[in-house]
Amino acid sequence: MHVDLSVKNVSKHFKSFTAVDDVSFEVEKGKFFSILGPSGCGKTTLLRMIAGFEEPSAGSIYIGAQDMAEIPPNKRPVNLIFQHLALFPMMNVADNIGFGLARRKESKAEIRKKVADILERVNLPGFGPKKIHQLSGGQKQRVAIARSLVLDPTALLLDEPLGALDLKLREQMKIELKKLQVEVGTTFVYITHDQSEALVMSDHVAVMNEGKFEQIDSPQNLYSRPASPFVARFVGNNNCLAGTCVGYGDGLAQLQFSSGEKIGARTDRHFTTGVKAELFIRPESIIIEPEKELPELNRMQVAVSSILFDGANSQLLVTSPALADEMLISLPQNRQYEHIAAGDRIEIGWDVKAGNCFEVQ
Amino acid sequence: MNKQALSLMVAGGFILGLASGVNAETLELLTWKGYAPKSLVEKFEKETGITVKTTFSNNEEMIAKLRATRGAGFDLAQPSQDRISSVQEKFNIYQPIDYAKIDATLIVPSMLEAVKKNTMVDGKSYGVPHVYGTSGLIVNKKTAADANDYTALLDPKYEGRVSYRLKRPTLIAMAFAEGKDPFALYNDAEAYQALMESIGQNLIDAKGLVKTYWTNGDALLQSMRSGEVNVAMAWDNGGWKLNAENPDIDFVAPKSGALGWIDTFAIPAKAKNVDAAYKWINFMMVPENAAVFTNAEKYGTASAGAIEFYDDSVKANFQRSFSQADVDNIKWYPPVPAKLEAIEGKILDKVKAAQ
Amino acid sequence: MLAGAKSKLPLFIFLTPILLWLFLLIVLPHLDLLRMSFRIENDYGDMIWSVNNYLEFFREPIYWLTFARTALYAIIVTFLTLCISLPVAFYITKVAPPRFKGFLSLLLLMPFWVSELVRVYGWMILLRESGVINHFLLKWGILRQPVEMLYNDVAMTMGLVYTSMLFMVVPLLSVLDNLDDSLIEAAFDLGSTTPTIVWKIIIPHAMPGIASGSIVVFMLTLGNYLTPNLMGGKNSLWFTEQIYNQFIASFNWNQGSAFGFLLLIISSLIIFAGLKLTNQKLSKVVQ
Repeated sequence: MHVDLSVKNVSKHFKSFTAVDDVSFEVEKGKFFSILGPSGCGKTTLLRMIAGFEEPSAGSIYIGAQDMAEIPPNKRPVNLIFQHLALFPMMNVADNIGFGLARRKESKAEIRKKVADILERVNLPGFGPKKIHQLSGGQKQRVAIARSLVLDPTALLLDEPLGALDLKLREQMKIELKKLQVEVGTTFVYITHDQSEALVMSDHVAVMNEGKFEQIDSPQNLYSRPASPFVARFVGNNNCLAGTCVGYGDGLAQLQFSSGEKIGARTDRHFTTGVKAELFIRPESIIIEPEKELPELNRMQVAVSSILFDGANSQLLVTSPALADEMLISLPQNRQYEHIAAGDRIEIGWDVKAGNCFEVQ
Repeated sequence: MNKQALSLMVAGGFILGLASGVNAETLELLTWKGYAPKSLVEKFEKETGITVKTTFSNNEEMIAKLRATRGAGFDLAQPSQDRISSVQEKFNIYQPIDYAKIDATLIVPSMLEAVKKNTMVDGKSYGVPHVYGTSGLIVNKKTAADANDYTALLDPKYEGRVSYRLKRPTLIAMAFAEGKDPFALYNDAEAYQALMESIGQNLIDAKGLVKTYWTNGDALLQSMRSGEVNVAMAWDNGGWKLNAENPDIDFVAPKSGALGWIDTFAIPAKAKNVDAAYKWINFMMVPENAAVFTNAEKYGTASAGAIEFYDDSVKANFQRSFSQADVDNIKWYPPVPAKLEAIEGKILDKVKAAQ
Repeated sequence: MLAGAKSKLPLFIFLTPILLWLFLLIVLPHLDLLRMSFRIENDYGDMIWSVNNYLEFFREPIYWLTFARTALYAIIVTFLTLCISLPVAFYITKVAPPRFKGFLSLLLLMPFWVSELVRVYGWMILLRESGVINHFLLKWGILRQPVEMLYNDVAMTMGLVYTSMLFMVVPLLSVLDNLDDSLIEAAFDLGSTTPTIVWKIIIPHAMPGIASGSIVVFMLTLGNYLTPNLMGGKNSLWFTEQIYNQFIASFNWNQGSAFGFLLLIISSLIIFAGLKLTNQKLSKVVQ
């Protein structure tokens, strides 16, 4: 296993404010690594430290085997794709892409060849003489990536490059970007606040909150086994059910709601009775009108307050006296549940092993 | 519609009001710096109720201003007597003086006659003498004891400590210093041009000695005061002013003759307030008033009897700088014929442009 | 249609005095000067039409040499002003803390609260042989003899640069303000050194501002009269001074008008050539 990027105990303080707090991680060669977090969580600062635009207050960053301390951005073997791409409007596409090569004093012929190759690769053959303002949003995106990839960096750093695109294009670019990364095999470090981008493209995702990493894991684990309530809330949709622990054993906590109802809640942690706890359960884990004979099911009577129709993402909004908040339930559009209307009382249920339960701190 | 008509009327009335607002009696005076001392202006305003507005200028600019407006905009101007007749002939910017309105008893008769003669065009005269003075040398006796003629300005001894104006008096003074009489060539343009070109060449050859060509009298006095300049060609009163501060510096009447000039009163062709102009002329010529001016500016005036009111120091200045021989040797400017200015202008440009 | 005409009427009423004003005060005098520049006095003292006034400029070396000297110095001053203003404008827009930006801009503006004459006299007090700088150099023993720092081309150039700086910095401030910081970072990230960033990113981006600032500075310097006259000393004949001399000292308004129009035409040609050389469009620059 070859590690391309290694961040060790890095912190960054601005006066009284700590933007990045003792973060460590490693990215293997050729992997797509995402840092996911809400705005202001410190992810951009972390990326800028890797690119060299900020100096860490503490800790060290290694790219390949080389310590990056004191090395300016123009000497680092990584390249950054800026949020607004930062293409040079005064140059055409070919000059933009050839900019870094020209700085390396490569010959004109060499530059022309490499630029043509990379344009081919990002599906923009013949775009060299075009002006930047003649390009569409997606084309600009690809030119920005080509401009960095042509330098063959150890790692490509991407600072929410899809943020400025409209939804449709963003969906398309996600897939394209992932395909491109697999094709070129370059290590990508991608930061975003959009969990869908992170989950779709990444091999590994780090969830960041208030300067700290909450969890580094595969997208699947992040979704099904969140390590903290923050991750559970932030990644994907989740219902949060609050209660008190009245018993624990064998990875299963007994939760009691204020209404007196009890449910079983799967957990990776050890619980003591009497503590406040929260169960996170995904909308799609909940079964509507489960069959009577299904075992090991938490069952609950709820009232449908409204139906949120959104094609494949349609959901039911339900309430129950046991719950403080409303619950969201996925509503498959297979005509089976067409009879359900707002105001109906229905039974729902979910496997006691679905969901994740955390102690409330 | 009514509203629009009303606003138009209001606007029109406003413009009319602006025009009539100027009607309060004023005297627009185009003169040299120092020729209208504040105390005299205030006294005049009190006596006559006429407001005096002064614009400071010099001969060339006065002529240019009046030429641009064909003699309008000012009620009274003060050009030198030698610069009136040719300008009047060509541009017709003055009106003849009605000498009946001048109190001739206030004016030294010989000066009045000379100015009348020199400013005559087609049998009419255009000037009344006011201030006279000379151009010569201002010398720092400590550092340039033997500078007694214009040639000192070309003397390598004073390298870097020499200053003069790039104006026609300098050319004329240099010609006198060479023993020529430029005034005698005034009516022979070609000979005059040849003489002036040789003078110009001398100035170019000696250009390295010059500190700077002065343009502003106060700035020159500052240079003399600080010792940056030791020999300069300038007006007598400047030397006398410096002498009061530093006895080493004084005006020297050059051996080849100080250049004498008389500044006059002349009334522009389209003067609005001619009466006020005559009032000002008569006011300035009253001996007491003329003496106030002389005591402040050190220049003599054509006012008869003003000498009684002079400060002793003013009398002393003249006696110190001018012996009787020097007085007899003063070269009074005759009227300048047209065309000479263009000849001189080009030579002066050449001197300035020379490296 | 009727409504359109009606709504335009107040505009016309409003504009008429302004157009009249412009015509009477700007166009008309220029037309008169233009007419005058083609008139000369013949040997009999009559005014006749001729292009002699223009030919005189090319025939007489002191005129065109003075113009060449003036234009050359105006170009040097423009270039020096640019070299000083670009870092200043960059500092104000990109480096200085935001709360100081207004203050720094104000500081640049401050010398312009007094007239040019006062500013020039300020410099003269500093630089002259008996001036402030010499006084301190003597006092500290750096100099034995006072040195004349005024009345030479260096002093004049400095004075002109000082007078022109604001007119270069202001357009640069606005173009650099529009420069996205990430462009600079991107260039740095792609391996640029500071000089290549200045040359490849900042200057191309700032080009419209550089061009408009340069035009203003060039024209102002070319048309300056006071500073070369007072600070330049005995060798510093400036072309505007020659125009002044034609009008005032030689009473030759016809020659003076011709010089004025030559100044206008040749300086326009120089600017046009400059725009062509740097590949700028006038319509873009004047925005």
